[in-house]
Amino acid sequence: MTNGTRGITLKLKIWRQARRDAPGRLVDYTLHDLSPDMSFLEMLDVLNEQLVREGQDPVAFDYDCREGICGSCGVMVNGMAHGPEAAVTTCQLYLRNFDDGMTLVVEPWRSAAFPVLKDLVVDRSALDRIIAASGYVSVDTGSAPEANLVAVPKAKADEAMDYAACIGCGACIAACKNASAVLFTGAKVAHLLVLPQGQPERERRVAAMVARMEQEGFGACSNEGDCQAVCPKEIPVDVIQMLAREYARAVLKGAT
Amino acid sequence: MTFTTGHELDGAVPGGPLADKWDNHKFSMKLVNPANRRKYSVIVVGTGLAGASAAATLGELGYNVLAFTILDSPRRSHSIAAQGGINAAKNYKNDGDSVHRLFYDTIKGGDFRAREANVHRLAEVSVDIIDQCVAQGVPFAREYSGYLDNRSFGGAQVSRTFYARGQTGQQLLLGAYQALMRQVARKQVQIFARREMLDLVLVDGRARGIVCRNLVTGELERHAADAVLLCTGGYGNVFYLSTNAGNSNVTASWRCARRGAYFANPCFTQIHPTCIPVTGDYQAKLTLMSESLRNDGRVWVPRQAGDTRDPRQIPEAERDYYLERRYPSFGNLVPRDVASRAAKAVCDEGRGVGTTRLAVYLDFADAIARLGRAVISERYGNLFDMYRHITSEDPYEVPMRIFPAVHYTMGGLWVDYNLMSNVPGLFVLGEANFSDHGANRLGASALMQGLADGYFVAPATVASYLASTKLGGVSTDHDAFKEAAATTQNRIDRVLGVKGRRTVTEFHRELGKLMWDRVGMARTEAGLVHALGRARELREQFWQEVTVGGEPSNLNKDLEKALRVADYLEFAEVLTLDALHRSESCGGHFREESQMPDGEARRDDERFAYVAAWEYTGPGQDPILHKEPLVFENVHLATRSYA
Repeated sequence: MTNGTRGITLKLKIWRQARRDAPGRLVDYTLHDLSPDMSFLEMLDVLNEQLVREGQDPVAFDYDCREGICGSCGVMVNGMAHGPEAAVTTCQLYLRNFDDGMTLVVEPWRSAAFPVLKDLVVDRSALDRIIAASGYVSVDTGSAPEANLVAVPKAKADEAMDYAACIGCGACIAACKNASAVLFTGAKVAHLLVLPQGQPERERRVAAMVARMEQEGFGACSNEGDCQAVCPKEIPVDVIQMLAREYARAVLKGAT
Repeated sequence: MTFTTGHELDGAVPGGPLADKWDNHKFSMKLVNPANRRKYSVIVVGTGLAGASAAATLGELGYNVLAFTILDSPRRSHSIAAQGGINAAKNYKNDGDSVHRLFYDTIKGGDFRAREANVHRLAEVSVDIIDQCVAQGVPFAREYSGYLDNRSFGGAQVSRTFYARGQTGQQLLLGAYQALMRQVARKQVQIFARREMLDLVLVDGRARGIVCRNLVTGELERHAADAVLLCTGGYGNVFYLSTNAGNSNVTASWRCARRGAYFANPCFTQIHPTCIPVTGDYQAKLTLMSESLRNDGRVWVPRQAGDTRDPRQIPEAERDYYLERRYPSFGNLVPRDVASRAAKAVCDEGRGVGTTRLAVYLDFADAIARLGRAVISERYGNLFDMYRHITSEDPYEVPMRIFPAVHYTMGGLWVDYNLMSNVPGLFVLGEANFSDHGANRLGASALMQGLADGYFVAPATVASYLASTKLGGVSTDHDAFKEAAATTQNRIDRVLGVKGRRTVTEFHRELGKLMWDRVGMARTEAGLVHALGRARELREQFWQEVTVGGEPSNLNKDLEKALRVADYLEFAEVLTLDALHRSESCGGHFREESQMPDGEARRDDERFAYVAAWEYTGPGQDPILHKEPLVFENVHLATRSYA
């Protein structure tokens, strides 16, 4: 703290795992005099600088933009994906959410489809493979018509934007007891479904994405709603219903 | 440190009238037959807007593409954080826009330090970008008619900015990322995630591959191809605190510079006027508040220095809306460099606000009274939320506190009209090149340039290079690959072997503070000379005193950072030397010695109407300055005025 007031003390129990196949365990660290204006990841930075000075291995965690849009960061804090505050990513979580003396258990995303690479870093490439399965409009560069040729009702464009806001962080999967990826997949299907540009490939898209999702080992949805509760972008569970309906429709139309 | 002068550079600009150059050039360039394209492979380093759009398009065309990202997925590249919008000369608003006006605004906004032909091509291509993105399903904001909406950005008097709430970069990147993943599914593109390029490999003087570190296993990998496209963004993090992401860095560009690519105009750095002010030493980055906020927000400080009242208690007559006062025709929408310097000036006068006194107000009270809270929320809701999360203040109630921060770097590797560097086969796209923004970039033009380069320019010029060059096969067992891998390994061993007492972050923080204080918003000869000396000392201390945590053969972010900071320490000297040699003020480069009586920048076209391209000759050794003269045939070199 620089402004003279005393900061808070936090006791951390952090998951340490040397590499993918190594066993892991929770390790205790205590940090004193932390500013409530410090972000959660800045606290980990402070811890890491201390560990490096002591000749110890710093805690590995993913981060990039630190403004809640890239989707790189994400840990469980006391069992909650991205911590206790609603509608934020871990990098937007500030220590003012915690009381002096509190113990925080910090763990990586938990899912069979997200293997731990080191400490708090997991492999989320399964999400890229779901998008690669068909999460796009197949339009080659240069073949697009004039942008204003097709009018899109404002309400539809706004709705598409609500779904397209997904940052692919994986919190929905980490929070789900089935490790289901339906909120993530549903958000992309819904985004393209409400726009005219998404119509020509709609059956093929949903069928391929759902098949890939299952192949990657993500579980089924049992309507708990935990995914919506932890989503930093507040993607609504409506997209799961849209995904289910759209999938049923595609199956009826014979798409596989 | 001083420098020697080299030769004159030729930008390879095609002949003919400005508006016809690109069309004529496209016709005169060589093509690769569709059946032959699969015989070529292309390395694309970086998967932001420039890299993802280039890799996707080259994949669509049939080339084999190897795409590399330091992040765990191409979707996370820092283009994703761009908030405000993307410019295009569609003239949907019927307010007098045209390709020529976008061209002119960009040249003028860049303070007449960009190459005319490149900028004109950018303006031409801008309209195709919007078409492409809409077809991909990018959910741009629309009017009730269902047609695309536009808003205004700094440095323009027309509304030409397309946007998707405050998340335009995200939506454009996801569009490019999805196009890229489609090519992955078609096996045209192979993604190498969590890889960092640590060297460029030249064979017979041509770029033929890279050495990269697998950031999970620590292994050094060699990859060969027929051309290398560098799309690795800017170097703003040389200032430590910036709006850039934690992993944005100069290493890929700098490693190319060390292999002979010229680094152009490194001193052209952009300080963005509207960022959330610094709060403590632990801070790892600064957060931008989009320029679009200046459409409706009014910037002010108290008239009296030391006025510490709650801003809501300060009556209208005791406020100074200094941008509206000094620049009546552009008001709050002056370009970024002008707005940043004006904020610094009022803070230097002691009229800054907040606990640090290093902030000004951005006030929405008038806009909320005029338009209602709902409209403001629809336009800027996510930005207001972001501000509230960080500061725990509600901008609907209290004015935002903002201050300038390093944001974008106009300088970058030198490229010719074809986006090829002086190293044959090495193309540089997006923020990583120097080419289109001169000494200052206008808002909403970075997304435009990244996608112009990636979707439309590079696919044509790279094809022409491949078609017109005799390229034999090359193996990663070639001596050049072995040498590059060994050099990289030695560097890693060396930095781990220092085992000193100061952390990598301590060095980075100290370098950043030096650069911000002496090579930031206002630069003087004495300050720059000091910075040169101090940067050199820091570089020497780094190699004697640094300590790096973790192991080399594992995921090790401290080692990643150490290698990047080592490169910043070399690069900082060249940036500073460039700032020292350019004793004029232009755009984001402000030399206190060169100003008008009213404090505006004084450009010196007689002496400095050129691109400064630096050839690196080794640490502590004098670099060579090559100049590309800037010839203006279509615009009149004028003093930039926004008054």
